[in-house]
Amino acid sequence: MSFVSLSGVSKSYGTTARRSEVLCDVNLEIERGEFVAIVGFSGAGKTTLISLIAGLAAPDAGSIRVADKPVTGPSTQRGVVFQNYSLLPWLTARENVALAVGQAFPKASAEEQAERVTRYLVLVGLGSAGGKKPSELSGGMRQRVAVARALAMDPEVLLLDEPLGALDALTRASLQGEIARIWQADRKTVLLITNDVEEAILLADRIIPLSHGPAATLGPAVSVDLERPRDRRELSRDPRFKAIRGELVAWLLASGKQRKAASLPPVALPAPHVVEASA
Amino acid sequence: MKKYLEIWELAKTFSTTKGVQSVVDGFNLTVEEGEFVTLIGHSGCGKSTVLSIVAGLAGATRGTVILAGREVTGPGTDRGVVFQAPCLFPWMTALQNVTLGLEQAFPKFTAAERNERAAEHLERVGLGSALHKHPAELSQGMRQRVGLARAFALEPKMLLLDEPFGMLDSLTRLELQDALMEAWSRERITALMVTHDVDEALFLSSRVAMMTSGPGARLGGILAVPFERPRERASLFESAEYDLAREELIGFLEHQAHPGVAPSPIEAADEAAETVQPTAIIHA
Repeated sequence: MSFVSLSGVSKSYGTTARRSEVLCDVNLEIERGEFVAIVGFSGAGKTTLISLIAGLAAPDAGSIRVADKPVTGPSTQRGVVFQNYSLLPWLTARENVALAVGQAFPKASAEEQAERVTRYLVLVGLGSAGGKKPSELSGGMRQRVAVARALAMDPEVLLLDEPLGALDALTRASLQGEIARIWQADRKTVLLITNDVEEAILLADRIIPLSHGPAATLGPAVSVDLERPRDRRELSRDPRFKAIRGELVAWLLASGKQRKAASLPPVALPAPHVVEASA
Repeated sequence: MKKYLEIWELAKTFSTTKGVQSVVDGFNLTVEEGEFVTLIGHSGCGKSTVLSIVAGLAGATRGTVILAGREVTGPGTDRGVVFQAPCLFPWMTALQNVTLGLEQAFPKFTAAERNERAAEHLERVGLGSALHKHPAELSQGMRQRVGLARAFALEPKMLLLDEPFGMLDSLTRLELQDALMEAWSRERITALMVTHDVDEALFLSSRVAMMTSGPGARLGGILAVPFERPRERASLFESAEYDLAREELIGFLEHQAHPGVAPSPIEAADEAAETVQPTAIIHA
């Protein structure tokens, strides 16, 4: 039995008349300590998938199990990092992390909790910014707080929902490096959701493409057999990197084309809307 | 082939509270008819300023822009512009957004002729079945497709694109690059596009013009892109020539960012964030 296991998971939103199927028959197995990335288009249903595993939404069909127990709701066992950081704006960076630590370790003493908060703020490079509120921090620093908050709970699974999507390229590259280093240090089970194929190859052991929605489903998995730590520049010249990138991009673009061909049949010219001035 | 667009000794200054700031100074570039040229450089180096001047949306402080033998003095329908945000009218359908420009460009057309032409160009960018949708009903990628159709439908002398895919996610961006190439390769309208994506520049252009970092930005070099069209992304990625071209562009950009020794990306990213104190654990 895999550590994280999804079988036949489907999810739709809306009422029967205007129902839109987001995910259809998703099957996924993640081993303990594995770093898996799912790559797909915006709007394909990536966030829905993370929400289901996080226990923030329930599937219409199929089952989700983590550590051999069914997922019935959110838990500190699964740490989530959202694209929009989701920090509480009236709390400092330190207080945001402390809130999660208090939930995850209610029996720890105040000193133990404080020590844990400090350790994880330092780990993400925010040792001296703990007293700042989210509005006083840059986007990259806010996302570091969110990463510290998720890691400080010592979750069994880390769910990363496009954590770097809102950041500029330079900050993104720097945080990718930190995620890789932190993961190498404690080998948590990680599921990363992203639309960036290169980011996925840089970080993951295994990459699975998600087809273009509606009714998105997972495609064939690609193993990333590249040594760690991975250097972005050396990687871009590596023929294995190119082969993986080529395969994934081709599959994803083909799934986009197919979806358009299926759901958007060409129509004849429209009846003109505009009334001619001379008429 | 002849010189179609000539940008000669272009300079642009802005007066600010800190005095006069020179954005572009002594910028020269020639584009031949049917060429697709991209302008690459760091954020804020003045790429968009050059494009706005060619579009006639901003005036030059010094220097001249000549398009098809005439000096550019203001905006016109002989240049189709695509902006980073699609800039569509939200109360109009995709079709109406495209026909609006046609009323200016082709005043003698009947409404039916305008509709027909607009529909044809929307079909070419893959929106044949979304003609009557409003921008709110379209995804960001589809909205930008409307922006492309609007520019192509003018059948302009020149296409000007200002980071048209900058707001899109990396996969949708690839789809839109394909759509742009499909539409562009029909007529090969002379095009000038601003981007900071090296792969995008190499996939689309005939030549890449590299801009130095401001103030007083100018042309730093030109790279001719040798790949034949139509281009296959997969085979481009695999060719050694592609790697060389890519490294030349990245090398130029890195040199512009840090004329001395290039700092690590972490230091660069944290430059603005003074409160961060990198620790040994992370940065060792």
